[in-house]
Amino acid sequence: MISVRELTRHYGDLVAVNNLTFTIRKGEITGLLGPNGAGKTTTLRMLTCYLTPTSGIVSIGDFRVDEDPIAVREIIGYLPESVPIYGDMVVYDYLKYVADIRGVTDPGRIREIAELCGISEIMHKNVEELSKGYRQRVGLAHAMIHDPEILILDEPTSGLDPNQIVEIRNLIREIGKTKTIILSTHILSEVEATCDRVIIINEGRIVKDSTVDAITSSHGSEIVIHATIGGADFPSIEAAIRKLNGVTHVSQTGGEGDLVTVEVQTNAASDLRPMIFHTAAENGWVLYEMARDAMTLERIFRDLTIGGGA
Amino acid sequence: MKSRGYFRKMLVIMNKELTVYFTTPIAYIVFAAFLLTTGFYFFVLSPFFFFGQAELREFFDALPVIFSITVPAVTMRLISEERHTGSLEILMTLPVTSLDVAMGKFLAATVFVSLMLVPTLMYVVTVSIVGSLDPGPVAGGYVGAVLLGATFSSIGVFASSISKNQIIAFMIGVGICITLTMIDYFLFFLPAGIVKAFQYFGLGYHFKNISKGIIDTRDIIYFLSIIAVAVLGTVKIIEERR
Repeated sequence: MISVRELTRHYGDLVAVNNLTFTIRKGEITGLLGPNGAGKTTTLRMLTCYLTPTSGIVSIGDFRVDEDPIAVREIIGYLPESVPIYGDMVVYDYLKYVADIRGVTDPGRIREIAELCGISEIMHKNVEELSKGYRQRVGLAHAMIHDPEILILDEPTSGLDPNQIVEIRNLIREIGKTKTIILSTHILSEVEATCDRVIIINEGRIVKDSTVDAITSSHGSEIVIHATIGGADFPSIEAAIRKLNGVTHVSQTGGEGDLVTVEVQTNAASDLRPMIFHTAAENGWVLYEMARDAMTLERIFRDLTIGGGA
Repeated sequence: MKSRGYFRKMLVIMNKELTVYFTTPIAYIVFAAFLLTTGFYFFVLSPFFFFGQAELREFFDALPVIFSITVPAVTMRLISEERHTGSLEILMTLPVTSLDVAMGKFLAATVFVSLMLVPTLMYVVTVSIVGSLDPGPVAGGYVGAVLLGATFSSIGVFASSISKNQIIAFMIGVGICITLTMIDYFLFFLPAGIVKAFQYFGLGYHFKNISKGIIDTRDIIYFLSIIAVAVLGTVKIIEERR
C-alpha cells in the first residue's frame, strides 16, 4: 500500500530524515514512534506531498509522490499536527469546502462524517471557538470526508485530556478496521493501545520496525529483576550475581546509605529470584526488596533511542 | 460520487475566499475607504461641479493610485495568512495544484475589487442626469478599471505569497503597483530615444488609452501579460517554499 525507499530530507545542513525504508500493508495501523525532533512530522509531510524529499522514492497505492502528487493526495486523508484549520469559518462551511474541493457530492456525507466524529452538535460554531478536543475531531472529519483508503495522522491525541484521548483512540481503532492508518506519536502507550505495527525512529533513522506484539514479546523474554541489598558494596554483589545462570547484565540503579539497588537482566527460562535470595543468604547480605518486571515498550524505546539503560 | 472539471477546484477556492471576505470586517473597511477616496475625487476635485462638464475623467485618472493602495490591502492576507497559521499545509495536501490555489485567490480578489467599482456607478448616474455623458470613455473607463483591478490583484497575491507577515506583503504589493503606475511620471527625465520603450512598461499609459474609450489589443495584452507573470510567479513561490 505504502512503500518508502531510501527517503532522505535535508533542511540546509540538518538531516531531518535519513535514508528511511519501510513498507506498510493494507489494513495495518502503524505507529511512527520517536522522541520530539526525530523526523516524524517531516516523514509524514513527505508522504502527503507537502514537502519534497531531497532523495528517495515514496509510492502510495499505485502512485508515486514525485510523479502524480494530486492522485496521491486524492487517496489519502491527512491530519497535520497542530490542526491548522481555518479559524474564521463555521465548522459546517469548512467541511463543505473540503468536500467541494475533493469533489464529494453526496449531500448526506457531511452529516454522516459529523456523526462518526461526534461533532454534530457543534456544526454551526466558528472553528476558532472550539476546544482542542473538538478541533481535533473536526480535523479528523476533514481528513476522512472523502472516505480515503489511507489516513495519515500526525500526533492525533496531542493536547487532549485523558477522556478525549481514549475516545480518539477508540475512533482510530474503529476506522482502522477498514483503512490503512499511519499515526505518529511520542507516547508509547498509544502505540500499545492502537497500533498493529510500530516503526521507531530516532534522529531521522529507523531503529526498530516490527509488530507491536513481536517487539513486546521478543524483549518480553528478557526479565528484569530489581533488588535492594544491604551489607555489601556493588562490585562484590555484581561479581556474585554474574556467576548465576542466565544473567546477561547487572547494573546499579540506586542506593541509600549502606543499601545498594541493582538491576539484573536475564533471559533464563526459570525464575532467578530464588537464586538471588540464596546468593544473598550465603554471602550474609540482607535482602530488603526484590521485584520482577517484563521489559516494557517504554524501556525498549529508551534503550533504542538513547542507546543504553537508564 | 465525485464530480470532475478542470476549473472546479479553483472556483471552490475562489468561492471560499469571497465568503471569508464578506464574513469578516476587512471587506467593509476597504469598501468604505475606497468609496471615501473616490468620492473625494469625484465631488471635490472633479471639474463637474465647477464647469458642468459631464465626464468622469478625474475619477479614472486617480484610480491607478487609489487601487495601488486599496488592492494590496484586499489581497495581503490571501496567502500570507495561510503561511502564518499553517493552514497552507492543509490546503496543499488537498488534491489541488499550486496553480489552482494561485488562480482561485487571484480570481477572488478580482471579483472583490470589481464589486468595489459597483457603487461608483452612482457617479455615472449623477453625471448623466445633469449633463449629456459620452458613453464611450465611461464604458472604456470601466473596462480599464476592471483590468487594472485584476492586474493589481495578481500582483497583490504574488506579494502575499512572499511573506507570512501581512504588513510586509501589503508594502511589497503597494511598492510594485505604485512603481508601475508612476513610470509615466518619470518619463520626463529620460532621453528621448528610450522614452517609447519605457512608456510601454508604464501602466498609466495603457490605462489612459483604454479609459479614453479606445480598446486596443496591445493595451489588453499588456495587462494580461502582467497578470500571467504574477500568477506564475505566485505558483513558483508556493512550490519553492516547500
